[in-house]
Amino acid sequence: MLRRIKEFTIEKLIQACGLASIFFVAVIFLFLLKEGLAVFKTVLPLDFVFGKNWYPISEPAQLGILPLVLGSLLVTLGAALISIPIGVACAIYIAEIAPGKIKEVLKAGIELLAAIPSVVLGFIGMVTLVPWVKNIFHLPTGLTALSGSIMLAFMAMPTIVSIAEDALYSVPKNYKEGAFALGATHWQTIYRVMLPAAGSGILAAVMLGIGRVIGETMAVMMITGNAAVIPHSFLQPVRTLTATIAAEMGEAVVGSEHYFALFAIGIVLFIISFIINVTADLFLHREKY
Amino acid sequence: MRNTKKTQKIAFFFLFLATLLVVVPVGLIVVIIVQKGLPAINWQFLTDVPRQGMRSGGIFPAIIGTLYLVTGSIIFALPIGLMAAIYLSEYSRENFLTRMIKLAIVNLAGVPSVVYGLFGLALFVVFFKFGASILSGSLTLGIMILPLIITASREALESVPQSFREVSLSLGASKWQTIRHIVLPNAIPGILTGTILGLGRAAGETAPILFTVAAFYLPQLPSSIFDQAMALPYHLYVISTQVPNVDEKIRYGTALVLLAMVLFMNLVAIVIRYKFRKKKKW
Repeated sequence: MLRRIKEFTIEKLIQACGLASIFFVAVIFLFLLKEGLAVFKTVLPLDFVFGKNWYPISEPAQLGILPLVLGSLLVTLGAALISIPIGVACAIYIAEIAPGKIKEVLKAGIELLAAIPSVVLGFIGMVTLVPWVKNIFHLPTGLTALSGSIMLAFMAMPTIVSIAEDALYSVPKNYKEGAFALGATHWQTIYRVMLPAAGSGILAAVMLGIGRVIGETMAVMMITGNAAVIPHSFLQPVRTLTATIAAEMGEAVVGSEHYFALFAIGIVLFIISFIINVTADLFLHREKY
Repeated sequence: MRNTKKTQKIAFFFLFLATLLVVVPVGLIVVIIVQKGLPAINWQFLTDVPRQGMRSGGIFPAIIGTLYLVTGSIIFALPIGLMAAIYLSEYSRENFLTRMIKLAIVNLAGVPSVVYGLFGLALFVVFFKFGASILSGSLTLGIMILPLIITASREALESVPQSFREVSLSLGASKWQTIRHIVLPNAIPGILTGTILGLGRAAGETAPILFTVAAFYLPQLPSSIFDQAMALPYHLYVISTQVPNVDEKIRYGTALVLLAMVLFMNLVAIVIRYKFRKKKKW
């Protein structure tokens, strides 16, 4: 009898924990809303999103996040342009071309990259990439959107490569054999058969990689220069949404307008990542074959 | 015919080039950090407190702080994560609720790390009044690594063959007895791998601890879980951007210690996975 009660309790506990992730996602969103929505008592939502000036500590404060949104978009666009072709090419090489032993080494290298903390990559970017960018383009500072894009492209690689690689593996073998039997070369098979068949998985890989880029904080804060102005080129400093939160929350007084505004930025980031993850999940779990 | 062969050669060359572009920098980064950081590493650097505005001395409080945070986060995340994984692999059916749980896990994994920081600040620091403390930081990191632990544990549990369960049940064992004595022991290596990877992730993250625990400069060790603490990743951020004129050597040394810690955990996880794969009987 006692054992029955014990087992009943444990099973209920397991069920409760099963729901934990739903609970935490809800709690995160609720607390962001709770702290963030307060900013709209003083700023209109449209002025917040499309306001051109971010001067949170001037009197009166100007809380327009357009420069930050554009900063994030510019850095993300740059990172996407670099990481998508290289990442997908790398995934094809690992999944299709690399021979056994080399494949293992390459995969270990990608895993290693995924394991390096972002603050370490930010530091390395500061001491290597930033001076290069400065010297190559003869700029007053190397802390630019371009440096951020390059570093972020690099950080998105593990996500893009590993998910795209999985997508290529999951293409049924007989597709490939069919193409070979018709006399197609290996490259023709990859290009005309494998890539289209793995399309939705590769798309998901790209989206999740971009999600990683938008949410990345430390490296971006360390190498993009953090100037909250509307960017006009890749060669000038920008400030992203994430970096703004990380850099300013330390100084914002709890309960102040500035504090609420930073939480409102958090809401924006949460919604962006939510949309990206749900869409990518739909692509990954689409019934095929 | 010769043309298609040529096209293939060119295409494969570019694919190879792209792969090099990804993998070579990884190697270079590790080599640079080891090469420039190693001269800074000595007994004093590892066991002394930072001195002269962090321009000399060691990084001991930051190492200890990170160890506390990692331990705290795993104490929180492992039981919940493991039980959530047991639920998904042993109890749940293919229905709407399960679909929602899986989607929530994906989302939890995708939430930007700085948003975790905001959440930890709002919930633990302000709402629960834990203040900026090891407790707040550990809980924040714990929720952040939860999806990683759930996913890895679930995979480990699901890879235990169905026949094991059937035999146990047919011998009259209850469902929980089967899970406890048959499924879990066979899944332990996989669970361990996931847990260690979670530890590595928690050790390296900076953004979630920025406003929940990290102290800029705190030469003494924390005495309770309600104290602030220094942490390695935040310390590296501070000495590379906030404090001017820090010796390069100290920066590289700190980066090396952090990198070594994280990579060591990953290595342990890889070794466990490899050994398990070789020993696997089914």
